[in-house]
Amino acid sequence: MMASRKLSEIAKTIRSKNAGVDKITFDVIFPDRATYDRVRESGVLSRAAVCRIFGVDAAQISDHVAFDPALAIKFTIYRQMPSGSPGDADIFGSQQYGPLLDIDVPRG
Amino acid sequence: MPASIQHGRSANHTLRIVCPNGHLGFAPIKTGSFQIGCQCEPDLICADSGSCDVGPVPLGSDTSSSPRQWQVDDLETMLLASRRLGVPMIVGSAGDTGTNSRVDLFVGIIRDLARKHGLARFRVGYFYSEVSKEELRRRILDGDTVAGLDARPPLDLATLDATERVVAVAGIHPYTKLLDQGADVIIGGRSSDCAIFAAPAICQGFPEALAYFYGKVLECASFCAEPYGAKESVLGEITMDDVKVTAMLPEQRCTIASVAGHAMYERANPFFEHFLGGHIDMSQCRYEQYDERTVRVTGPSYVPAAELRVKIEGAGKIGERYVGIVGVRDPYTIANIDLVTAWARQQVVERFGKSGYELHFSVYGRNAILADREPLKAMPAHELGVVVQGVAPEKAMAEEVCMIATRQMFYARLPQVKGTAGGVAFLLDEVMPASPAYRWTLNHTMRLEDPLELFPISICETGV
Repeated sequence: MMASRKLSEIAKTIRSKNAGVDKITFDVIFPDRATYDRVRESGVLSRAAVCRIFGVDAAQISDHVAFDPALAIKFTIYRQMPSGSPGDADIFGSQQYGPLLDIDVPRG
Repeated sequence: MPASIQHGRSANHTLRIVCPNGHLGFAPIKTGSFQIGCQCEPDLICADSGSCDVGPVPLGSDTSSSPRQWQVDDLETMLLASRRLGVPMIVGSAGDTGTNSRVDLFVGIIRDLARKHGLARFRVGYFYSEVSKEELRRRILDGDTVAGLDARPPLDLATLDATERVVAVAGIHPYTKLLDQGADVIIGGRSSDCAIFAAPAICQGFPEALAYFYGKVLECASFCAEPYGAKESVLGEITMDDVKVTAMLPEQRCTIASVAGHAMYERANPFFEHFLGGHIDMSQCRYEQYDERTVRVTGPSYVPAAELRVKIEGAGKIGERYVGIVGVRDPYTIANIDLVTAWARQQVVERFGKSGYELHFSVYGRNAILADREPLKAMPAHELGVVVQGVAPEKAMAEEVCMIATRQMFYARLPQVKGTAGGVAFLLDEVMPASPAYRWTLNHTMRLEDPLELFPISICETGV
């Protein structure tokens, strides 16, 4: 197998954003079908992987889907506290995706 | 030249809407692409002005998150175009929160602008969205469950008592009623983003499934286009068979990827969009590149709700708030920063006890943003910034809580620290008053008999 690549090198968009006041949703969008399929099949963004990366239980993931029309893997996790409560330092949930950028994706 | 929706309407019955801004008043409309949109024979100009994204403070304190002048500027841009073209204008969720005061504020701005520009008389329709706490109390006592969303428990009296203000999220109903009554301008209270655009389409007989999808795709303006560039206009066109959306900024395009990508933006699931009265299922949507800058979508379906339930949002005050900021450069102190904040917290406990206030430390350079979910929290940077928040019922106490915690980090007792002249670096040797602290107390739904029952509508004339 050839060397792996970082998710940030092969994804077109990696973002996070509030989905209502109690959840944050993550979108990882790929530029082409092959890359999308490769990442899905690799399991690096599976439910189990998401739990590992963020240190959360599976019950904290409310949704985890592959969205073909956008060539996207999308998952949503419950917030640690409602958005904008004192102590929450990301009111929009817009910087939660940082840990995804350096994920190693095996080459196909 | 290829066929383009900018250059000619579909031969069939259509309705065109220009959306200039995905959160009106939050950052200014880019007027170049809006003027291009206005040249494309729109039938309406619509924009959403609200969001929960701004946190609970605006709803709780009944304020807007941006300066009034920004709201005036955006409303002026839309109103002048709407009156010049002779087409209706709709703004939903006025002033971020859609509370009654925000609706009154926007209606007042519209009246002021009509006078300022000597606009010919026109009809302004508006509706309110606030729900009284008494109404919710009655329901709880009657056993009419106010159900929690997103794993929240049903509303109880204690949570209701801790709530300052509540709004319900309207569907298309007050909008369609006001359009039927001939409103030229509509200022809406809190409402579903998609309803603002779906309402005029449904009024004109377009299928619900396409109409709600039309709203879904237009509500964030140029967020459905690429390359990324917010606050630019997009033009939508609905027919009996499809929805089309095109970017108005010459440098932007709507592509299958950008429109499908937007369909899943800021929602937990990309397949369903819920609103008062039902939801749309987008799992069978087909996206096609219609022309170079336009995407055509078909295939959403509409699922009416078995029971009419409206979403309600509420915010409650926790207390007054002060903020302090310190920096840390000593690697030993950085490695032991939790001992430093624990020391500072203990000094507050000794002064005020363990409860009756809140104290938060956000450790920038380590895990302020992800907190316990930060995978790199064991690898802090060479320099940390710690933001201290003190929250208490009274300002004086909040200031003191924050000041003790901030100042005492300077005096933290670490056994092996080399620097004995001060444990942290001060940006300011003071703490700063901030907005009071609020929290989202309600993210719930309640049963309705009539989709209009919480949304009283009014209509008035203005202009000269």
